[in-house]
Amino acid sequence: MKTTDTPPAAAPAADPAPVAKAPASAAKEKSSEGQVLNVFSHGVLIIWAILVVLPLLWAVMASFKTDDSILSTPWALPDKLHFENWSRAWSQAHMSDYFFNTVVVVGCSLVGTLLLGSMAAYVLARFDFPGNRFIYYLFIGGMSFPIILALVPLFFVMNNMALLNTRHGLIMVYIAYSLPFTVFFLTSFFRTLPSSVAEAAMLDGASHTRTFFQVMLPMAKPGLISVGIFNFLGQWNQYMLPTVLNTEPKYRVLSQGLVELATSQGYKGDWSGLFAGLVMAMLPVLAAYIIFQRQVVAGLTAGAVK
Amino acid sequence: MQHGKYRFIVGFLVLPLALYAVFVIWPFIQSIYYSFTDWTGLSPDFKMVGFDNYTRMLKDDIFWKSLQHSVLLVVLLPLVTLGLALFFAFMLNVGGRRRKNAAVSGVRGSSFYKIAYFFPQVLSIVIVALLFQFAFNPTSGMLNSTLKTIGLGSIQPDWLGDPSLALVCVMSVLVWSTVGFFVVLFSAGMASIPKDFYEAALLDGASRFTTFFKITLPLLWDTVQSGWVYMGILALGVEAFTAVQVMTVGPGGPDYSTTVLPLYVYQTAFRDGQAGYATTIGVGLLIVTMAFAAIVMRLGRRDRLEF
Repeated sequence: MKTTDTPPAAAPAADPAPVAKAPASAAKEKSSEGQVLNVFSHGVLIIWAILVVLPLLWAVMASFKTDDSILSTPWALPDKLHFENWSRAWSQAHMSDYFFNTVVVVGCSLVGTLLLGSMAAYVLARFDFPGNRFIYYLFIGGMSFPIILALVPLFFVMNNMALLNTRHGLIMVYIAYSLPFTVFFLTSFFRTLPSSVAEAAMLDGASHTRTFFQVMLPMAKPGLISVGIFNFLGQWNQYMLPTVLNTEPKYRVLSQGLVELATSQGYKGDWSGLFAGLVMAMLPVLAAYIIFQRQVVAGLTAGAVK
Repeated sequence: MQHGKYRFIVGFLVLPLALYAVFVIWPFIQSIYYSFTDWTGLSPDFKMVGFDNYTRMLKDDIFWKSLQHSVLLVVLLPLVTLGLALFFAFMLNVGGRRRKNAAVSGVRGSSFYKIAYFFPQVLSIVIVALLFQFAFNPTSGMLNSTLKTIGLGSIQPDWLGDPSLALVCVMSVLVWSTVGFFVVLFSAGMASIPKDFYEAALLDGASRFTTFFKITLPLLWDTVQSGWVYMGILALGVEAFTAVQVMTVGPGGPDYSTTVLPLYVYQTAFRDGQAGYATTIGVGLLIVTMAFAAIVMRLGRRDRLEF
């Protein structure tokens, strides 16, 4: 049936098999159906890609324009790159402070989450003791409860402990609310690791603690990276917890700062400053995503597949 | 091996458990208790009022409005988002030009599409909401100025200012920001379905759309179901709260047309100073969440297909 001289095995997968070469008439009919479908699917896929990318590009463009041109000619390219928008947002609108607070809070929370989460997960995955299941379900139950319900009493708990409006208070809360997913994910990860290596380490006289830190933790690195990316994005983008628990202006994190910026700049009509702030907050995450694309996708989808 | 085992277990569990108990478990338990009190949150004095808060809630128009919007979100958001995502993922994996030997093939550049679609997922919902708040701006926003440019200057909706449109705007923003994640997720699932299945079905004369409903969807069902739960929790939780709080006037307006349960809890507790009543509404939200999860589990139960 082959009319062409290309052997099928040699046809590279990337070769967009020319329709004209399709052999029998039945197949030709099929492939013309495929052709229509192909044009159609590219069409809808491109439309959605434009819908996703265009607003982001538009924001980048607007951050380099003057206020006048944002409002009067929203689709025109900037006449020149107005970097003063960026410097105004960075210093006058306190974006630098918000960045600093976010980096401190997220940095500490992330380390704390991974450390405490992997400790709890390791014990729950590898040791039999009374109450093991109970503690495990206690942790994973936290994943599906509405956080806002706990936030009302939590506000007053924090107030009594003098943790309200402090960075360390926020760090502890971030860790606590990241634990359910982290424990859930890492417990199943630790279960998949072979126990022979740990047993060998124990036979060589390593203590439980040492086995964990020097043998198991390095072996769990892929899992830690996935869950670390997941938590990093979640904590970096966190909005509800700081809005309720951290109203002190000087400790505001990025997401709060942006909302504040939108309110005040909108009032002043400083749209270019607002877009500069937005893009400033957007770029590091987008850049990190593009560089670590594979790991980020794996980290974020890992939880949903389970 | 037993030496020091329990000391080790306790030593490793004490810190994570303590943090979790103090900041998550304890407030949850307290909130159920507070829902039976008239606590304002401002003063330490309060007394038990039995089911007064609950009867008040059932007569509260704003509560019913918030509930209605939350239920609408929980039904529509997963439907629209997962539907679109399945459609795009199917196009990515099966919509390609026919190649020799392959019954079905993905479109060219599918990895480019996946990278682009995933962008919104890594962005904070706050950034997305602020961006679209400006896009929806009736006088100088992206949408209305585009309508003007293409000659539809007579159609200039108020978007977020229009009570009948505002919730749709909020929903579309949530859909925009979540579709990409599921496209990538479903696409990975579809790629793992053996190609012979499609080949056999196409040989038997099935159309591609039949193959979608008879092959792709059943084999992907587990993933779709967990996506459904995930979207539902999102629609009842933090994301819906943030989008409404940041984008809408009021927030929750105009005229309570966008208010959702978590936002109403927040406003009652921290704006109106009625912490006791707020936790009652929170318990209402908890019940809705659990009912949703139960329904999905029940409806979604199917025989697991191994392949």
